[in-house]
Amino acid sequence: MTLSGALEIASCTDPGMVRAHNEDSIASDGEKGLVVLADGMGGYNAGEVASGMATTVIITELQQLLGKHTPYETDAASGQLIAHQLLHEQIAKANTSIYQAAQSQPQYAGMGTTLVVALFYDNRMTVAHIGDSRLYRMRGDELRQITKDHSLLQEQIDSGVLTPQQARQSQNKNLVTRALGIDPSVEPEIHDHETQPGDIYLLCSDGLCDMVSDEDIGLALQTLSSNLKLCAQHLVQTANDNGGRDNISVILVRVLRDFPAPRSPWDKVVSWFR
Amino acid sequence: MAKLILSMDGLVLKEINLTKERTTIGRKPHNDIQIDNLAVSGEHAVIVTILQDSFLEDLGSTNGTVVNGQSIKKHFLQNNDIIELGKYKLKYVNETPAGVAKAADFEKTMVLRPGAVKPSPGPATQAPAAPAAAAAPAPAVAKAGDTAQGPATTMPPVSAAKPAPAAAPQKSAALQLLSGANAGKELDLTKPLTTLGKPGVQVAVITRRPQGFFITHVEGASFPVVNGKPLDAQAHALNDHDVIELAGVKMEFFIKA
Repeated sequence: MTLSGALEIASCTDPGMVRAHNEDSIASDGEKGLVVLADGMGGYNAGEVASGMATTVIITELQQLLGKHTPYETDAASGQLIAHQLLHEQIAKANTSIYQAAQSQPQYAGMGTTLVVALFYDNRMTVAHIGDSRLYRMRGDELRQITKDHSLLQEQIDSGVLTPQQARQSQNKNLVTRALGIDPSVEPEIHDHETQPGDIYLLCSDGLCDMVSDEDIGLALQTLSSNLKLCAQHLVQTANDNGGRDNISVILVRVLRDFPAPRSPWDKVVSWFR
Repeated sequence: MAKLILSMDGLVLKEINLTKERTTIGRKPHNDIQIDNLAVSGEHAVIVTILQDSFLEDLGSTNGTVVNGQSIKKHFLQNNDIIELGKYKLKYVNETPAGVAKAADFEKTMVLRPGAVKPSPGPATQAPAAPAAAAAPAPAVAKAGDTAQGPATTMPPVSAAKPAPAAAPQKSAALQLLSGANAGKELDLTKPLTTLGKPGVQVAVITRRPQGFFITHVEGASFPVVNGKPLDAQAHALNDHDVIELAGVKMEFFIKA
């Protein structure tokens, strides 16, 4: 199955104004409807290694598996959606690879990464995330944050200690409560969302949302929606203009048309010619 | 690390480091900060510290707790807040590291293991040691020159709620239409992004940045023309009195005094 022509994808990644290294890593495959973003952490270049391993494992494995499996079907044995199963397995695989590298090589000790993955199929999207990298949706003129950070601040907001406004002034930024590669196993948060033609999805590292207000992100997605590449560059530039204190990564996905799963044999023939 | 400076009538009495998860303030001797004054209740207030953040809570005191002139029940303390208890003042100081290099370390994403810190303040045991880099102590004195790595890398002021623009405040600017049905009309460029033109035909955007105003082509087969020269796909810096032609309309860009 191919989603060719259903999605438009643009991305941009930048070390920012302060850091020497870019520890973020991004990857995408429009045909397979797959986008991945990871924000690595750890000393020297270990952060880059962790985020790079995460995106590489997930994109290459899923590219292969999506050729053989249909994400919208349900696995007979487990009753789980194949999409969820694939994401679970490949995230676990990436986790193990990073964890083992961190255990076996002293220079990588303690490295880890956040992760946000979106898989598009059958007019919907499955999002898996770990940590504080986010996915937003722009639909009409409403920008909505779809993922909820796994962070100390989010926990404090949830328990009512802080308001979201106060959280912006907190000095406890960048403390994530979940990360890939830190422990032998990790539990990703996975949800499904309906998509509509015209939707724009934004995946970003905290270098964007810490430096640019949701209001300015929304304004950029609205006014520059006709030029996605420029929009991605503009978001990174705005974060840099505001100080660029962390690495900044942005992936934008626009839904161009419906992409229902080809269920009948005739649909399958038609989908060949898309 | 955050600290409190206790003073009365402008005289500094002592400095207290907020090392404990709960720092109590009151008249009775068992308090961490004892203030022997009748205007202060026996158990007056408590400061709950979670890693780098501190919260002040009034414990139902008779005369109340005032922060920056306002009576509060619960308050998220910010650098330089003044807490008033009767005639006594407590200044809250929580500076972020001054040096850029330190700040970069400080801002690195860290993993907080479950149970390392309680998500909400409450009566409980001492929080265990925070992740090393996140708990890096803030130097009390900000050294000028530490941040000299070009204007863009300068840290925003500590008290800034939002990330502050790196450069000096910019001037305001506007466009005046020179031709077309709305000739003579002025358009203020107040938003960070202002789009011009006709969607589907030709659109350009003017971005307001700390360095000034820039025009960039967004969509359409033809590119905007500035002072008679067509632009390429790159952003173009606008100067006072530049003339822009776009979708058949001429307009002049000017900086407002």
